[in-house]
Amino acid sequence: MSPRFDGEEPDRLYTVTGGRSHADENRLDIVTLIVSESGPEPGMQSEHAKILAMCTGPLSVVEISAELGLPVTIVKILLADLLDTGHVTARTPVPTSRWSQLPDVELLKQVLIGLQNL
Amino acid sequence: MDSRTSDQALLTPLRKTATTGLKIVIVGGFGVGKTTMVHSVSEIRPLSTEETMTRAGVGVDDASDVRDKTTTTVAFDFGRISLNDQMVLYLFGAPGQERFWFLWDRLFLGALGAVVLIDTRRLEDSWYAIDRLEHQKTPFIVACNDFGGPVYTLDQVRNALDLSAHVPLIKCDARRRDSSKTVLLELVNHLHALSATAENTR
Repeated sequence: MSPRFDGEEPDRLYTVTGGRSHADENRLDIVTLIVSESGPEPGMQSEHAKILAMCTGPLSVVEISAELGLPVTIVKILLADLLDTGHVTARTPVPTSRWSQLPDVELLKQVLIGLQNL
Repeated sequence: MDSRTSDQALLTPLRKTATTGLKIVIVGGFGVGKTTMVHSVSEIRPLSTEETMTRAGVGVDDASDVRDKTTTTVAFDFGRISLNDQMVLYLFGAPGQERFWFLWDRLFLGALGAVVLIDTRRLEDSWYAIDRLEHQKTPFIVACNDFGGPVYTLDQVRNALDLSAHVPLIKCDARRRDSSKTVLLELVNHLHALSATAENTR
C-alpha cells in the first residue's frame, strides 16, 4: 500500500531512536500540537533539528511524521526527547481518553459552527 | 490510494493560535472512497504516513526489542480543517479490515467519532467495522458513497447491514465537498444529540 519503508532496513529506525522502540503512548496523541521553543543546535541529531525547524508554528504529531517520512511511533520517541529537554512544548488535545466518553456539548457546538462555515 | 505528497514539501503551517487538535476517523473497505472524502474537505492535500507495530507487541504495553520481531506497517491518509483560531480537525482515512485493528485502536482513542463509508455493492466489507464500533461504543454514522450502481433505498441498506435504528444512515458523493461536509455535519450533530442527552440524564 505504501512503499516508503520498503527495502529500508529496520536497523535505520532502530538507530534513529537510539534503540528505543516505545514511547509513553499516553503522553502524545497523533493530533497533539507541537511547537518549538528554540532553534536547532550544533551537534543535535538531524531528526531533532528537522523537527525544531518545522515546528516554529504549531504542527500535529501526525504531520511531523508525514513530513519526516518516519512512522508515528518513532516520531513520538523523538518528540519525547525534545519535550524532556524543553526544546518543544505540546498543546495537548482535549482529553476524551475512553471509548465511551462523549465529547463535551460546548466543544461540539464549536465544531458544528466551524464545519458550517466551510 | 496514492496520495503521498510529502516529497513535494507541501507542509502548510497551522495558525499560530491553534491549541486544540481534534480527530474524526473515516473507516471503510478498500477503494470505498475514504481518501476521496478526506481530499474533498481538507484544507491541505491529504498526507500519508505510517504506523508500525510489532506483532508480538499487539495488545500488550511493552513492545520492546523490535528488531527480533515481525513489524507490521500500515499506511493511512489524513487531511485537516481549521475550524477556528484555536481548533483544528484532523480527518483520518482508516482501512476497515480486521487485521488493521491495532491501528484503529490508536486512531480512535480520543476521536470525536467515526464515519463508516460503504459501497452498496460490497456491504460485507463494512460488517466488521460496524460490529467493532458498536462493541467499543464509539459513536458513528454510516454514509453510502454513490458509485452509480444499483440504487437501494436506505431502508434496504439498513436491513442488509442489520444497523440499529439510532445510527444515522445517509447517502453521499465523496468526491463533492458539499456532500462530504454534510456527512461530517451529520456525524457532529449526532454526537451533539448524544452528548446533550447524556448531560441531561446526569
